[in-house]
Amino acid sequence: MAVTIRIPTQLRQLSGGAAEVAVEGATVAEALKALDAAHPGFSERLYDESGGLRRFVNVFVAEEDIRFLDGVDTALTDGQTVSIVPAVAGG
Amino acid sequence: MAHLEGLRCRECGRTYEVAPIYTCEWCFGPLEVAYDHDAIAASVSRESIAAGPLSIWRYAPLLPVDPPTDQSSHVGFTPLVRADRLAAELGLGELWVKDDTRNPTNSFKDRVVAVALAKAIEFGIKTIACASTGNLANAVAAAATRAGLPSYVFIPSDLEPGKILTTAIYGGNVVAIEGNYDEVNRLCAELAADRPWAFVNVNVRPFYAEGSRTLAFETAEQLGWETPDHVVVPIASGSLLTKIRKGFDELHEYGLIDGPPNVRVSGAQATGCSPVATAFAEQTDVVRPVKPDTIAKSLAIGNPADGPFAIDAVRETGGEIAAVTDDEVLEGMSLLARTEGIFGETAAGVTIATLKRLAESGAVRADERVVVYVTGHGLKTLEAVADHVGPTATIAPTLDAFTSAFPDAQEV
Repeated sequence: MAVTIRIPTQLRQLSGGAAEVAVEGATVAEALKALDAAHPGFSERLYDESGGLRRFVNVFVAEEDIRFLDGVDTALTDGQTVSIVPAVAGG
Repeated sequence: MAHLEGLRCRECGRTYEVAPIYTCEWCFGPLEVAYDHDAIAASVSRESIAAGPLSIWRYAPLLPVDPPTDQSSHVGFTPLVRADRLAAELGLGELWVKDDTRNPTNSFKDRVVAVALAKAIEFGIKTIACASTGNLANAVAAAATRAGLPSYVFIPSDLEPGKILTTAIYGGNVVAIEGNYDEVNRLCAELAADRPWAFVNVNVRPFYAEGSRTLAFETAEQLGWETPDHVVVPIASGSLLTKIRKGFDELHEYGLIDGPPNVRVSGAQATGCSPVATAFAEQTDVVRPVKPDTIAKSLAIGNPADGPFAIDAVRETGGEIAAVTDDEVLEGMSLLARTEGIFGETAAGVTIATLKRLAESGAVRADERVVVYVTGHGLKTLEAVADHVGPTATIAPTLDAFTSAFPDAQEV
């Protein structure tokens, strides 16, 4: 699946300043792996030592938090947007 | 001068210069203000605070910003009300209500906004914004107007009509989003990344959140520089509870109270939005987001940023977190109003109903000095109680009509 990953400002130095990166992947995990392959450094920023997404990393597929879907195993369809949003603040 | 060393990631400890930033670039953890504790300890005393204004700015040396020149709105230093009738109803002993409905826009949000706005002005930022469940919208719109600055307030479109009105009246931009608060919040996080604005609870959040500590400072000062044994605090993002706990600890560090505080901190949520209470009950600190469905809209944050830290604070102090139904929320609002003459909003209903639950379970004890935080005014959420209260009788304007409606109302 060809998908677009939206990169937050905090991580854009890893993507050469790009706000969006096009990658291939059938799941969120695969897409993030492809992102790290294209721009090394993303994985260690997004995942903690135990291999899970860091707890203040929020990932959205088609505007839905993947914690309401299947987490990093959430399936992707062609043309979808995966957004990485840091520490949603608020309150 | 504000005694700041910088910002520090609460998660991994990396440090940053003071700036309008809120997340760690490395691990995305939330940034917190790091103070020069020695400088603060040397600059405050009970006497210096007592000589200050009757507002949050009496604690200026403990805040992350210099006080503004215009302090005429009198934010904070709200009444701490002894609540003997409520205590009797609940079988408790020494009970106090911190009545934060008595702020310029009738909620505790005036405190955090005062700090955030002063900091935004210090940063040279010209536009003030926020993501809000209602109370913050009121506070930001009013304070920005007073400071002569444009504002953009983002709210879920299904907010209580009263809260939309009491925001829009101040003339700033009110943007109603077709989505829940978490979606509003996420949009604001994305907007904040590309705009030179101060989103008080996004990119200025490290400073904003510190304003909540004034609730702990005031409580202790109003108790004669003593701390409560137990506090009950509503949880939305979890920031208020976390900061109240931090505030009590700091008073000891700065020598303003004798001995370590020893305050048990308990949290209150509505069952229709209880991700923190659920995680606490499941003995985890992984807070799974939920889709809120409760009349306590000001607490309807399904993805609470400080949820894990609130759980830590409650666990470390031996508190509890309970979640109460919407019916209990209404009963809580009514109970507070009819026992103490204080009309709190739905969030207050959540807090009072939780206090009742915890009193019944024995988690809050009759031998404890208890302070409960009422953070917003009931006039903001009138529709919640509209179907439940009304005139005792509707009668003709005659003596006969009155005496027949109230045959026993001769005496007292």
